[in-house]
Amino acid sequence: MPEIHRKLERTAIGFALAIIAVSSIGGLVEIAPLFTIDETVEKVEDMRVYTPLELAGRNIYMREGCYACHSQMIRTLRDEVERYGPYSLAVESQYDHPMLWGSKRTGPDLARVGGKYSDEWHVAHLADPRAVVPESKMPAYAWLQRNALRTHDLSAHLVALRRVGVPYSDEMVENAARDAFGQAFPDGAMAEGVAERYGDDTNIRAFDGDPGRLTEMDALVAYLQILGQLTDAPHQKEAGEQLVQAEEAE
Amino acid sequence: MRLIAGLTTTERQTGLFLAGLVTLMGAALGIAGRNDLLGYHGLLIVVFGAVIMIALLRNLDAPEPEESRLSEYYDDPIRFGIVLTMVWAVFAMFIGVWVSALLAWPELTFDAAWASFGRLRPVHTTGVIFGFGGNALIATSLHVVQRTSRARLPDQVSPWFVLLGYNLFCLLAVTGYFLGITQSKEYAEPEWYADIWLVIIWVTYFVLYIRTLARRKEPHIYVANWYFMAFILVVAVLHIINNLAVPVSFGSAKAYSAFSGVQDAMTQWWYGHNAVAFFLTAGFLGMMYYYLPKRAERPIYSYRLSIISFWGITFLYLWAGSHHLHYTALPHWVQTLGMTFSIVLLVPSWASAGNALLTLNGAWHKVRDDATLRFMMVAAVFYGLTTFEGSFLAIRAVNSLSHYTDWTVGHVHAGALGWVAMITFGALYTLTPSLWKRERMYSNSLVEVHFWCAVIGTFIYVFAMWNSGIIQGLMWRTYNDSGTLTYSFIESLVAMHPYYIARTVGGLFFLTGAVVGTYNILMTIRHEPRPLRERAETLGADQPLVPGE
Repeated sequence: MPEIHRKLERTAIGFALAIIAVSSIGGLVEIAPLFTIDETVEKVEDMRVYTPLELAGRNIYMREGCYACHSQMIRTLRDEVERYGPYSLAVESQYDHPMLWGSKRTGPDLARVGGKYSDEWHVAHLADPRAVVPESKMPAYAWLQRNALRTHDLSAHLVALRRVGVPYSDEMVENAARDAFGQAFPDGAMAEGVAERYGDDTNIRAFDGDPGRLTEMDALVAYLQILGQLTDAPHQKEAGEQLVQAEEAE
Repeated sequence: MRLIAGLTTTERQTGLFLAGLVTLMGAALGIAGRNDLLGYHGLLIVVFGAVIMIALLRNLDAPEPEESRLSEYYDDPIRFGIVLTMVWAVFAMFIGVWVSALLAWPELTFDAAWASFGRLRPVHTTGVIFGFGGNALIATSLHVVQRTSRARLPDQVSPWFVLLGYNLFCLLAVTGYFLGITQSKEYAEPEWYADIWLVIIWVTYFVLYIRTLARRKEPHIYVANWYFMAFILVVAVLHIINNLAVPVSFGSAKAYSAFSGVQDAMTQWWYGHNAVAFFLTAGFLGMMYYYLPKRAERPIYSYRLSIISFWGITFLYLWAGSHHLHYTALPHWVQTLGMTFSIVLLVPSWASAGNALLTLNGAWHKVRDDATLRFMMVAAVFYGLTTFEGSFLAIRAVNSLSHYTDWTVGHVHAGALGWVAMITFGALYTLTPSLWKRERMYSNSLVEVHFWCAVIGTFIYVFAMWNSGIIQGLMWRTYNDSGTLTYSFIESLVAMHPYYIARTVGGLFFLTGAVVGTYNILMTIRHEPRPLRERAETLGADQPLVPGE
C-alpha cells in the first residue's frame, strides 16, 4: 500500500480527486435515499401549512435563536413521551424549511407546547419569564410586545417557500399580509378569509391581548400555539401503543 | 503601510479593482435591501471595501518593492492572519464567557434584543470556529504549504483576497446575529449572500493552495498538506450543499432552506458533524503534523499510521453525522449506520493521536521544559480523549442519556479548548518568533502562564459540564415508586445552577490565558529585531527553492 500511496502523493490534482471521491460516499448512501424512499415521511391527510402569522412567528423564533435552548423533537423514549407527549413524526416538520429539531434542552422541548398554556401565560412568560417561573433562565423578550410586525413582504416569503415545495395556493400568497392581520383580529373583516384558506381549526385570536395592534408578540405566540397542532397523526396512535413502541426502541 | 509596500504597483491596482468591486456589490445589496436588515450589511460591505481602497490609494505611488523579495517566502498575509487569529480569539472567548454568565444570571440582557442569549450564542460559536479557528488555519496552511513545497506562494494578491475576504465573511456572520439575521442552521447560520461570498473565497483559497503545490520542488506532498487539502475541499462541498436555499428576494436577507424536516435534519448534521471533522479536526491535524515534529525536532513516528488515519478519517467521518439524531424521526437504518461508523472512527482517530504522541519519544525532556511543545502534547492527548468520548456518545443507549444535555456541550469544549485551541496556541508560539525573525517569544514565562490557564480552564469547564449533563440526563428519566416521573423540568434546571457558575469560571481562566497569549505575541512583534548577522544565517535555511513571480 505505501508504494501506491507514494505515487498518489506525487500528484496534487489526483490527490484532491481521491479526497472528493472517498469523502462523498457516506453522504450519498445516507442522504440521497431519504429523498427517494417513500416511507421516510408518513402520508397524512390533515397536515396543514403555517399561516402567514405563524410563519412570521417562526421566523422570530429563529431570529432570537430559541432553537439553541429548546428542541422540537420528542424522541421515542418512555420518559420523553410521558413528559412531553406523543413522539414526533417526520411528517410534522415536512413544511419546516429549515427544521428546528434543536440539539440542546436548556429549556423544555416545545414540539407539543401548542394549546398547553393560554395566550396570556405565553405573553406574560415571554415578557418576564421569572415573573411566571421564578427559577427560569430564559431571557426576557419584552420588546416583542413593542415591535410592530413586518407584514408587507409576507407574500414574497410564501412564494419562496412554494419554490422549495410548500403547497401554498395563489390565494394564500395574494392574501398573505391580510391574513396575518386577520388572524390576530378576530372581530375584523379580514378574519374570515383566514379560516377559509387555512381551515376552521385555525386559531384566530388577539394573541398578545391587544387587538388594536399587530406585534411580533402576536406572531410568536401564534406560532407557539400551533406547535404540535398541524396534524392529528401523532395522537391517532393509541397512547398505549406509543409507550410500547417507545420502550421497544429503548 | 509596510504590507502594501511589499506589493508591486500592478498588484496594488489589482487590489484596488477587487476592493472596488466588493464596494459596488455592497452598494447594490444595500440599495436593494434598504428596507430590510440587508441594508446594514450592504453598508458594512461598502465600508469594508472602502477602507481597503483608501489604504491602497494612499500608498499607490509608494516605491516598487525590491526584486530580492521574490527569493523569500511570502509571509506578510500570514503575519496579518496571526494577529487576526488572536483578535478573534479574545473577542469570541469573551462572548463565550458572557453567554455562559447569562445562563447563571439571565437578567444580564438589559431588555436589549442584541444582548440576549439566543443572539449571542452563535456570535460565540462562529467567532471561535470561523474567526479564531479559520484565521489560524488559513495563516498556518499558507505557511506550511510554502515550507513543505520549498516554493513561494505563486502571487501576492490572492492570499490577501482570501484572508481579507474570509474576514469579511466572519464579520457579516457575527454582525448578522446581533441584528437578527440568521438561517438558524447550527454552525451554518449566515444567510445566502454571505454563503455565496464564502464560496468565492473558498474556491480562490483552493486554487491558491493547489497552485503552490504545483510549484513544489519536493516530489512528494507532505502529510500536513493532505489534511489541509481535505479541509478545504470537503468543507466546500458541505458548505454548498447544506446552505442551498431560495432567497425571499434580492433585497431580503432572508432565505428558505431547500430542504425540510427529516431530510434537512440529516443534511444539517451531515454538515455539522463534518464541520467538526474537516474544519476542526483535519485542518488542525495538518497543523499538528507540521509544527509538532518541527518543535520537537523529531520526525513523524510512522508514515503508515499517517496514511491509515488520513484515509480513515476522510472516509468514515461523513457517515457519522446521523448519530446526532438517535431516537428521532430519522429512519432507524440511518441511525444505525451513523452509530456503527462513529465507533469504527475511533481507529483512525487514535492512530493520529498515537502517531503524534509517539513522535515525542526521545523529546519528552523538551515537553517538560518547553510550554509551547507541551501545548501540542496536551492537544494530542485531548484529541485522543475527545474522539474516544465522541465514539462513546454515539452509541445509541449512551446517547439516550447524553443527548440534549450539557454533556454534549462538555464534549464539544473538550475538543475545542483541549484540542483545537491548544494545538493552535502551540503552533502560533512556534510560528511567531520565526516569522518575525526573533530568537524566541517575548516572554517564555508568559507562555507558561498561558499554558496553565488553558489547562485549568479546560478541566474546570469539562468537569462542570460532565456533572451537569449526567445529572440532567438522569433527572429527566428518574421514576418514583408509583411509576411517574420524579422531577419536573424546572427542578433539573435548578440543579444546573452551580455548574453553570463553575463553567463561567473555567471559561474565564481560558480567556485570561488567551489575553496573556495575545499580549505576548504583540510584544514579540514589537520587540527589536535580532542582529542582522544572526538573522542572515537563519534566512538561508528558510528560503524557497522556487522564487515567486
